[in-house]
Amino acid sequence: MIPLLGISTQALFGQLLLGLINGAFYALLSLGLAVIFGMLNIINFAHGALYMVGAFCAYFLLNLLGLNYWFALIISPLVVGALGMIIERTMLQRLAGLDHLYGLLLTFGLALIIQGVFQNYFGSSGLPYAIPRELAGGTNLGFMFLPNYRSWVIIFSLIVCLATWFMIEKTRLGAYLRAATENPALVRAFGINVPRMVTLTYGFGVALAALAGVLAAPINQVRPLMGADFIIVVFAVVVIGGMGSILGSIVTGFLLGLIEGLTKVFYPEASNTVVFVIMAIVLLVKPAGLFGRTA
Amino acid sequence: MPEANGALLHVDGLQAWYGESHILHGVDFDVRPGEVVTLLGRNGAGKTTTLKSIMGIVGKRQGSIRFEDKETIRANSDRIAKMGIAFCPEERGIFASLDVKENLLLPPQVKSGGLSLDQIFELFPNLKERLTSQGTKLSGGEQQMLAIGRILRTGARLLLLDEPTEGLAPVIIQQIGKTIARLKDEGFTILLVEQNFRFASTVADRYYVMEHGKIIDTFANSELQANMGKLHQYLGV
Repeated sequence: MIPLLGISTQALFGQLLLGLINGAFYALLSLGLAVIFGMLNIINFAHGALYMVGAFCAYFLLNLLGLNYWFALIISPLVVGALGMIIERTMLQRLAGLDHLYGLLLTFGLALIIQGVFQNYFGSSGLPYAIPRELAGGTNLGFMFLPNYRSWVIIFSLIVCLATWFMIEKTRLGAYLRAATENPALVRAFGINVPRMVTLTYGFGVALAALAGVLAAPINQVRPLMGADFIIVVFAVVVIGGMGSILGSIVTGFLLGLIEGLTKVFYPEASNTVVFVIMAIVLLVKPAGLFGRTA
Repeated sequence: MPEANGALLHVDGLQAWYGESHILHGVDFDVRPGEVVTLLGRNGAGKTTTLKSIMGIVGKRQGSIRFEDKETIRANSDRIAKMGIAFCPEERGIFASLDVKENLLLPPQVKSGGLSLDQIFELFPNLKERLTSQGTKLSGGEQQMLAIGRILRTGARLLLLDEPTEGLAPVIIQQIGKTIARLKDEGFTILLVEQNFRFASTVADRYYVMEHGKIIDTFANSELQANMGKLHQYLGV
């Protein structure tokens, strides 16, 4: 083991890996928030709760229906996406044109209710969810031991993030989305059903959260408050990246995960606050965020 | 198919509101197939609101708007667009987050018979040079060409053009005038809002004059000279 600045490389790479994993979750969650904010102008505080529902969905699928992780990876985002679309149609749609504050209050209230219901039935402790057989074990890289499941999470979420970015920035459907973000009335006057697009966008955004929830289940256990703890950091990531910026949320997500990991190695006391310190600095220097367009 | 009286668009007793303010107080007019009809009037007379009401963008509307004999007063704007009406707004509505090509391809085809991309580039060669530029990086004239060009692809037969010459250089106004004449030859029906009636007189078949949210006069292009005195009075020019 080669010590570096008094720190073993194993500890360093171990923390960097953890940071990258956290970064993958930050990226997936803040990406969904960015997509939703861009289209609905709503700061979706229910995101963390729906991330948790995604994880629980995987748990139920396995324990009630015997459907394994791979099924959950597809079914859970679909279920949560459908739930999201119902929420959008029945509640969020009524807030169109009102101040941000209303959307924030509504989604925050929804988050409390959803988390409360799950806590009522499952308490606060975690339910175990096993790593799928195919991804058990790990690889010895010489300088560190890399668990297969963790490499899978990093690679898979990176693929999902890049695919989402590609869809929004490079396809015709993405052009509709970007245009409707700018001027929904005109896009609608071109014959595009914008309200349906908004519903689908919200469904897609929360489906990403559910996907992150399934990915997290084998790592963090399934807990009713798993999203509540996480979402605050994710909001900081969104602010740093720039509200509504797609690429910004992906890059900042991974980057901040890494920075957090590094901080854990060199100055562990600050690891919980470093993201917020960075947020404060970014807001002072570039209020629109690193990738944000100044409106 | 046109109405019994031959109109493609028939507006009857149209009233419209923006929030609390009552803008249109009973607007009546017709547009026949293949015509270029111009709405004239001072600022605030309700010309833009009339176009937006036809397109279904105004919140509250009453009265009747019939297109191809179908009532659209209660339809949403996406449905109205699909019936074959397209709108080019005064502020042009070019999207900053889309490049020129994406802007051009944004409005989906609603009917067959729209212009091909090549035909649009033939009308507006500038656009072809700048396909990968960001939409809002174009000059004002090029943005106007883009705003008109993109609705020609869709197959819509009734075009609503809101002040297409506003703030543009004379040479570009000329180009837009030629385009409108060409579109008329191709069989498009155009409802134009214009402050610049010298420009309008080069393209329009008929005029309606609006004041305080109502149509107060109408005449054909051939009667323009005879009506010049009145027109100066209406428009305060």
